[in-house]
Amino acid sequence: MKIKNVILAGILGAGIQFQAAAEQINGAGSSFIYPIFSQWASTYYQNTNEKINYQSIGSGGGIRQIIQGTVDFAATDAPLTQDELSENTLLQYPLIMGGVIPTHNIPGIKANELRLDGETLAQIFSGKISHWNDPKIQQLNPDLKIPKKAITIVHRADGSGSTWMFTNYLSKVSKDWADTIGSDKSVNWPKGVGAKGNEGVANYIKRIEGSIGYIELAYVLHNNMSSVSLKNKEGNYVAPTLDSLKAAAASADWDGTPGMAVILTDQPGAESWPITGATFVLMPEPVDSANNQKLQKFLTWSWRDGADKAAELAYVPLPISLVKKIEANWQKK
Amino acid sequence: MSKVLISSIKEAVGVPRRFGDIVFKQLTMVCAVFVLLLIVAMGWQLTQSAMPAVKLFGFDFLSAKSWDPVMGEFGAAPSLWGTLISSFLALLIAVPVSLGVAIFLTQIAPSFLRRPISLAVELLAAIPSIIYGFWGLFILSPWLSNNVQPWLTDNLGDWPIIGILFQGPPMGIGLFSAGLVLSIMVIPFMASILTDLFETVPTQLKEASYGLGSTRWEMITQVVLPFAKVGIVGSFMLGLGRALGETMAVTFVIGNAHRISPSLFEPSTTIASTLANEFAEASGELYISSLLYLGMVLFLLTFVVLILARLLLWRITYQAKGRTK
Repeated sequence: MKIKNVILAGILGAGIQFQAAAEQINGAGSSFIYPIFSQWASTYYQNTNEKINYQSIGSGGGIRQIIQGTVDFAATDAPLTQDELSENTLLQYPLIMGGVIPTHNIPGIKANELRLDGETLAQIFSGKISHWNDPKIQQLNPDLKIPKKAITIVHRADGSGSTWMFTNYLSKVSKDWADTIGSDKSVNWPKGVGAKGNEGVANYIKRIEGSIGYIELAYVLHNNMSSVSLKNKEGNYVAPTLDSLKAAAASADWDGTPGMAVILTDQPGAESWPITGATFVLMPEPVDSANNQKLQKFLTWSWRDGADKAAELAYVPLPISLVKKIEANWQKK
Repeated sequence: MSKVLISSIKEAVGVPRRFGDIVFKQLTMVCAVFVLLLIVAMGWQLTQSAMPAVKLFGFDFLSAKSWDPVMGEFGAAPSLWGTLISSFLALLIAVPVSLGVAIFLTQIAPSFLRRPISLAVELLAAIPSIIYGFWGLFILSPWLSNNVQPWLTDNLGDWPIIGILFQGPPMGIGLFSAGLVLSIMVIPFMASILTDLFETVPTQLKEASYGLGSTRWEMITQVVLPFAKVGIVGSFMLGLGRALGETMAVTFVIGNAHRISPSLFEPSTTIASTLANEFAEASGELYISSLLYLGMVLFLLTFVVLILARLLLWRITYQAKGRTK
């Protein structure tokens, strides 16, 4: 029966590739995780000769494909709710974490010198604050000499998990933002220019004086860009680093959230970076199907042996306590 | 009697008699019909998938300005506006330039220059559009933002009526840059059609014009251009069709903002770049079907433009045949 299913899925899913489909595990989804995932998969292949194939077609596409059963797993930047999971008989686990960093180009102001809080950030991105020397910004930075420059907003043009994470945070900290703009993978930006991908946004920010945008941590670190310090839930100003992103994950309540669908923005913790988020992996029930077991072996290896590689690429690996929880969950079922 | 009749009919309509010919004919016909079926199937599929949005928004979709995935409000006006304006800008620049290139190549250039220049034009046409996008983003747009746009704002920004086109932040990203990149992409395409077209002008006509004492300018404006005028319009339409559907290069430089603003320096978006940007992560039936509705609008738009172009080009070939006979 099982073999029949595998063969059927192979024929349906991969056409002439049906022989290969039975051997390798296929996944699709989030492009955010692609750089680390492809690293993991290729090292894993060298070590074990097990092939994990991943196509970064976007979270939405990944979810569509796993619901249709054309892939063995999917990765999504925004977690599905417990209802969505049960409706489609899917299981969900956190895969890896990352952060979104507001980054500016104001001449004379260095990385992490500029301090902002959530409300001010929301007012900047909704266009209510239009110049850098606005009293609200100056008030947060009494010691900083901020030039009188118009603010240009740079946002993602393509639908993306980064936008989802960023607007999710702004909706949490600003009621006005939640009411007028809201949160999704693409939203109706009242102002600014849109660029494609993180590299596009990074490029626009570098090019346009007085601009501010949001990009993933890796791009901030590798391109030497001017990030801001953000006020977190405890009222501390924190700089975006791997450690402050990890702190946000550590204080999250993974057990108490159905489907482990923890949204990591605006988490408690003195050192927590407020715009942190996880990418989730989706697999079909039952948890112990042959394909799932292969996938779980790969994930366990990635979380434990691949964590250093992840940190190198400025991803935040799952805390080992969380990895143990997930593994126990797999054993139990 | 009837045998003779049948064979003479076969002769007249050219029915192939050899087995190989028949197979070949059928095969080529299948290929041709396949293309036709493909277009019909595409149109059908597009309409079907766009149905939820078509039912909900109807024709108001075309004039609605909001594009808000969070609230589920979708309107095509900003994308349509950006598509039309950027293509119009592209043609505004490309029309005179490609006419100039074609006239120079066919009427003026000495023969040793003709081959290298037409080769260069064809090479330009062969560059993939993503390369134009990168070039536009990394080279053209900084240059525009530092040199061209501030100058335009200073010198033309105060003019009545058209001044407003040149106001706004000189970012080098927006409709203006998109139009410019598009024009550079369309020029080689149009120039090579026009070159072929001008070569259909009969030499007798040109010589007769010289014989009557025309200057070269008079010969070009009074003989070559009028002779080819329908075809010229047709080639512009083909260029327009290409500009309307261009995706990657535009996405890089247009700024991708769903807003309509009078200034050419402000960011905008086109139908093609909206689709390229948002399709992968679109979630929910309405969002996806709205994107497909947008695709349908573009499909119809380019379809109409291309049909017009074809009709005009057909007319010119008939004219050419008629006159040479």
